[in-house]
Amino acid sequence: MAVDDGLKSELQKEGVYVTTWDQLVNWGRSNSIWPLQFGLACCAIEMIATAASRYDIARFGSEIFRASPRQADLMIVAGTVTKKMTPQVVRLYNQMAEPKYVISMGACATSGGPFHKGYNVLKGIDRFIPVDVYIPGCPPTPEALLQGLITLQDRITSRALGREVAAKQGEYLVPEFGPAGLVPRYNPDIWTPPARPAAPAQPPVPSAGAPAAS
Amino acid sequence: MLPSPEELKSAIERGVPGSRVTMDGARLVLAPADVVKVCRYLRDHADYALDYLSNLTVADYPPDPAGGGAGRLQVVYHLYSMAQKHGPVELRVDLPRANPVVASVTSLWRGAEFQEREAFDLFGVRFEGHPDLRRILLWEGFEGYPLRKDYVVEDQDAD
Repeated sequence: MAVDDGLKSELQKEGVYVTTWDQLVNWGRSNSIWPLQFGLACCAIEMIATAASRYDIARFGSEIFRASPRQADLMIVAGTVTKKMTPQVVRLYNQMAEPKYVISMGACATSGGPFHKGYNVLKGIDRFIPVDVYIPGCPPTPEALLQGLITLQDRITSRALGREVAAKQGEYLVPEFGPAGLVPRYNPDIWTPPARPAAPAQPPVPSAGAPAAS
Repeated sequence: MLPSPEELKSAIERGVPGSRVTMDGARLVLAPADVVKVCRYLRDHADYALDYLSNLTVADYPPDPAGGGAGRLQVVYHLYSMAQKHGPVELRVDLPRANPVVASVTSLWRGAEFQEREAFDLFGVRFEGHPDLRRILLWEGFEGYPLRKDYVVEDQDAD
């Protein structure tokens, strides 16, 4: 049962603290998000800067970068996800324990970024794993990554734990290498391609009397 | 000091009998059959001592859409000398786009191995005599050579 905020604040003045189980658990969870320790490209350098003393991600309880997916709550996809790296990223995500979260850090992880028209880069990690927070930038500044982390904390505290665990259950499809790219190109269960713009109308056929286009 | 490209050209033609070198600006363009002989001459001659292959890459010149020509693939070599502290010497080799084959220089410079594998992977140039010519960046089973100008990138939004 939720406690009325006004009543809660009145009670606190008298030294009585009331809370709910979900609030208590989420308070703990949101202030101890352990990220998975891996970086894919230059965004990882900004992630390292975020973890170092000047920006100090420990202020938000996320300083414990774990080298094992079994011990991590958060995957920060920091950098360009090449097609060749995609199966490993999805497999690492599958190996994390629920409830788990994904931050897509920077333009490359979100959309392919400057490599959008290239032959070797996945156009967004959200084609294969569910992303909770997107951070724009190339690369995002440490402040932006901290803002993303705070956004994720708000998300965690606003949802019930049981529902979060249930929503993230199951393994996600690990793509394989095909002759021109990944097979399949995206996971249709979690991602659908954007609607294509309608083809432009055909230019009118010049009549016989019209001057020929040079 | 390195001699001028013109002097180097005539030195190669004297030192490697039967070789044919043409000039393209300051670059020396070799015939495909002469590559190993010329490279060995430049590496072993005391005056040049080009003991370091800094770069081996390929440039693709597709056919002119205005008509004419089959285009070409041009293998580019950049050589330096650690002993003489000079360089670079730039060598090029023109190859047909349809069946680009050239001799490997791995026997002269061990560092050419990975660079030739990359050129094979991305441009499809086959280096004869290479000890282990496989794709290096892309995976086995990839079709086509993506840095060629006529490579069509897949549509990742398609089904």
